[in-house]
Amino acid sequence: MAEMKATRDGYGEALIELGKDKRIVVLDADLAESTRSIKFKEKYPERFFDVGIAEQNLVATAAGLAASGKIPFASSFAVFITGRAYGQVRLNAGISHLNIKLVGSHAGLLTGEDGASHQSLEDISLMRGIPKMIVIQPCDFIEAKKATIAISKYKGPVYLRLGRTKLPIITKKNYQFKIGKGVVLKDGKDITIIATGSLVHIALEAANELKKQKISARVINIHTIKPIDKNLIIKAAKETKAIVTAEDHNIRGGLGSAVSEILSENHPIKIKCIGINDQFGESGKPDELYKKYGLTKENIIKTAKQLIKR
Amino acid sequence: MIDEELINNLKKIALQVRRDILEMTTQAGSGHPGGSLSAADIMVTLYFHKMRHNPKKPNWLDRDRFVLSKGHACPALYACLARSGYFSIKKLKTLRKLGSCLQGHPESHRCPGIEASTGPLGQGLSFANGIALAGKLDNKDYKVYVMLGDGECDEGNIWEAAMLAAHYKLDNLTAILDHNRLQIDGFNKDVMNIEPINEKFEAFGWNVIVIDGHNFEHVINALDDADKIKNKPTIIIANTIKSKGISFMENQAEWHGKALDKKQLKQALKELV
Repeated sequence: MAEMKATRDGYGEALIELGKDKRIVVLDADLAESTRSIKFKEKYPERFFDVGIAEQNLVATAAGLAASGKIPFASSFAVFITGRAYGQVRLNAGISHLNIKLVGSHAGLLTGEDGASHQSLEDISLMRGIPKMIVIQPCDFIEAKKATIAISKYKGPVYLRLGRTKLPIITKKNYQFKIGKGVVLKDGKDITIIATGSLVHIALEAANELKKQKISARVINIHTIKPIDKNLIIKAAKETKAIVTAEDHNIRGGLGSAVSEILSENHPIKIKCIGINDQFGESGKPDELYKKYGLTKENIIKTAKQLIKR
Repeated sequence: MIDEELINNLKKIALQVRRDILEMTTQAGSGHPGGSLSAADIMVTLYFHKMRHNPKKPNWLDRDRFVLSKGHACPALYACLARSGYFSIKKLKTLRKLGSCLQGHPESHRCPGIEASTGPLGQGLSFANGIALAGKLDNKDYKVYVMLGDGECDEGNIWEAAMLAAHYKLDNLTAILDHNRLQIDGFNKDVMNIEPINEKFEAFGWNVIVIDGHNFEHVINALDDADKIKNKPTIIIANTIKSKGISFMENQAEWHGKALDKKQLKQALKELV
């Protein structure tokens, strides 16, 4: 049984390491405990700024810090930092292309009991639509930690999408995280499952199950949704018969859309997108919600088999 | 007692900046002359007297910063930057034209001297706070100036930022409110009343100075007084006249976002001598 830890914990831990660099500053909007930016606050209180429950203020203040040579990490819930501060993000991280790291925790249905208002299912779509914005969603604690460190070294705006609940750790400690580079976790020749975030470990489980049924499934972890690893996706399209995408986000505008764009322009093959099908979530336990909305191993297996049969 | 020569010189530059504002917006066929003219005297005082800056080194780390939160008044900013020597005066004629660094609303990465991209209202005060926080962290003694519009104070982000500036005791920040009393749909009091604006900022923990924003002695003294206040930010509420300086444009909302035609420009320029 793999060790379980949340991606937001990876973020918090990375911030402690990053704090040695005096240029790093962290801002939060009264959710430091939840986003784990509190880890940085405890170690470097002089470089931590709580802006109050004010996400527009969060992003625009971070922008002023970025313009002054700082590397600000601004964190809040995904639904707030991308939704309530969209104009501030668009102007400062987008048009001015300032070096701001936007961190949205509690993304997706994994947020669970808080309900639809707090389950961000549109944030990837919103951030992906901003020119030159990097959009990253790590699949586990270790990848989240490495992603946080990697984006601190990249000069430009980044949106980092994190989750609330613990996920099995599937990434090895010596793994090298590269922005924009997808990771083949399992090779296969019949079908490719392209997953991001919390769906990556589920995709792996599905592939293992498919193997028992004599179906060879490739599993790709797309941690960087923008810029997406185009070559890796085209290669998979050429080498396998169909593609299934899986994400905890609306399939309209998320990973499924991003992969479809690449396929339709370069190598159209059969694709089926698993995710939230253009609706909002509701209160419930994360695993109950995943079951109800089809974010399961079983649904990936069923979908893969249907695609191959067709 | 303020040097008369200084004031006469600022008055002369302000006349030139007003001519630039009208000429460049007429040339562009659009733009926002009203709020540019109301803010002009304050911006001239900042760029040609108060601020420590070097047009040859726009990224100098110790420079004082000016953020134009009411970004639509950029014709005044562009004129001040050009007349200070950040770029050639000829460039003013390219305002709002394809390929120009002088965009319809200011973009920091396109043009030397522009500290922040602005236009969507309400964000500049937060941005200026960020610069002020960085200055404190780095033990820099630069000052941050930010100009707000009165209509802009309808935006919630302004009040989020107002709280932050006081909370973090940003005494290296001075906001100036260009209080011309007009916004696109009419007078503030009819569209959305912001009064008593001075009491609001006081209640938010700011040092408040109220002045006549077209009286150079007032502007200079207020900016100097702000330097003496410790542990809190200062806001200078500058009572101004929209489209100040042009008799047929003054105090009319319609000149918020409309350029003069050539005939009107000719008439207006006669008043700016």
